[in-house]
Amino acid sequence: MHLYHMGKVWLHRYSVLVACCTLILVIAGGLVTSNDAALSVPDWPLAWGRLIPPLEGGIVYEFGHRVAAASVAILTFILACWLQAAEPRAWVRRLGWTAVVVVLAQALLGGVVVLWVAPKPLSIAHACLGQIDFGLMALVAQASRPAQPSGTGQSRRRAPLIAAGALFVQTILGAAVRHNATGLLPHVLGAGIAIILVMWAGLPILMTEPEDSSQRRPAVALLSLTFSQVVLGMGAYLSRIMTADAPQPMPVMVWLTVAHVAVGSLALGAAVQMGAAA
Amino acid sequence: MKKIWIGVGLAASLSMFGCGGDKPPETAKPEASAPAAGAGGAAAMPDEANGGTVTGKVTFAGAKPKMAVMDMSANPACDRAHKGAPAHSEEVVVNDNGTLKYAFVWVKSGLPDKNWAVPTTPVTLDQNGCMYKPHMIGIVAGQNIEVKNSDPTNHNIHPQPTVNQEWNESQAPGAESKMKTFARQEVMIPVKCNVHPWMRSYIGVVSHPFFAVTGDDGTFTIKGLPPGTYTIELWHEKYGKQEQQVTVGAKESKTLDFAVKGA
Repeated sequence: MHLYHMGKVWLHRYSVLVACCTLILVIAGGLVTSNDAALSVPDWPLAWGRLIPPLEGGIVYEFGHRVAAASVAILTFILACWLQAAEPRAWVRRLGWTAVVVVLAQALLGGVVVLWVAPKPLSIAHACLGQIDFGLMALVAQASRPAQPSGTGQSRRRAPLIAAGALFVQTILGAAVRHNATGLLPHVLGAGIAIILVMWAGLPILMTEPEDSSQRRPAVALLSLTFSQVVLGMGAYLSRIMTADAPQPMPVMVWLTVAHVAVGSLALGAAVQMGAAA
Repeated sequence: MKKIWIGVGLAASLSMFGCGGDKPPETAKPEASAPAAGAGGAAAMPDEANGGTVTGKVTFAGAKPKMAVMDMSANPACDRAHKGAPAHSEEVVVNDNGTLKYAFVWVKSGLPDKNWAVPTTPVTLDQNGCMYKPHMIGIVAGQNIEVKNSDPTNHNIHPQPTVNQEWNESQAPGAESKMKTFARQEVMIPVKCNVHPWMRSYIGVVSHPFFAVTGDDGTFTIKGLPPGTYTIELWHEKYGKQEQQVTVGAKESKTLDFAVKGA
């Protein structure tokens, strides 16, 4: 029994590790876009005709993103196998394999983006599928916790999942802004709606379940991350305006934008975990 | 049904592997294509002996803007090329005589409906010192552009047209020149390098040979125009477009100046 529990503990820790690596992959992707390096490696699956391209300039970001993607794919596959062997619940095992399919689809989509010279719809789809992948990893991490929360039932689950949906719509709109497919207004309006839905999901938990850390922590994370996103979003936008005349992407704009992408992922993950914990 | 979808997915995956990525990025052989002679009929040439000439200059009014320094520190080869003299953005280059360099001037309308000959001489776009040289070029639609890499570092060339076919290719140091062209008129096509994000140039593609790019003296000359009334457009990457009308007769020379106001 002890060994079984230790096995579950390590499986959970490993799923958290994979989730963290997936977040790093999302950040790596954000760095590629923000540094305008997306097509610095014009071929796929090789890079400049080789396994390892000349590592200079934008190629460092693009190739680094590909290496991170390959690593996450391998880690996700190991996770799926481990879940298959050790997880008694079928839906969690299926989740693991779904994550494998998603990460492989992401890799293929990334390749198509390169080969078709980054058409906007595919670039946006690539950004969004990456967030879905992270959301899945967050869900697996939550589901693999050795001590599962008691849960308050279906009714409490609805609000965080709707908030997660709104945050994902924000991802789509944000990606559309990043790839110049739309203006800023829809993303700003979406932020207002997402904040309301996040508050609707998180505040009741804090008021009614203050002692239940398994409920409280994701609620606090979701609320604080979402409000941080507002600040980071304003920073990213202002930095873009202020450096509009710069001949190349400036570090302040790059890092604020990438932070905005990363915290968006974390907020989405927190909403997913809240829904799973409810 | 499941097998059908698996098969479709595999076929799609295999076709993607077969598309575009199988060519070595150091495209060794210049993809020279015979310049098009224009669609159907004998190609017309500018009659410089009997045609009209429009000449002029693009003046710049206002304080000379200070162009940002390009930070090439991330790439030692690029940095070395500008040791002691950092490279500045070429978005706005004001000549010493108060004129504007890198303004594209072309005949927007008024020409007779003819198939104009496409020059067989390619226009060179060189990657030198991790900058595009020149910053702006003009070609006749179908004319070859010879893309060279004179740098000891890798570049990718990524034009971003809207009506022409977009492409993106790598070019290693010492690689042979690439011969590329654009089939449709498009003013202007930005070109960038994703390895070095500060690199920027512009290509003006026109369906006839009546265009010019201002140089160090800010002047332009368009020769061999058939008699008529024309709309001449100026295009600048920061200051946008201006148009003027001009009427020239046979062997007549007209002066047409543009004035650009800075901030």
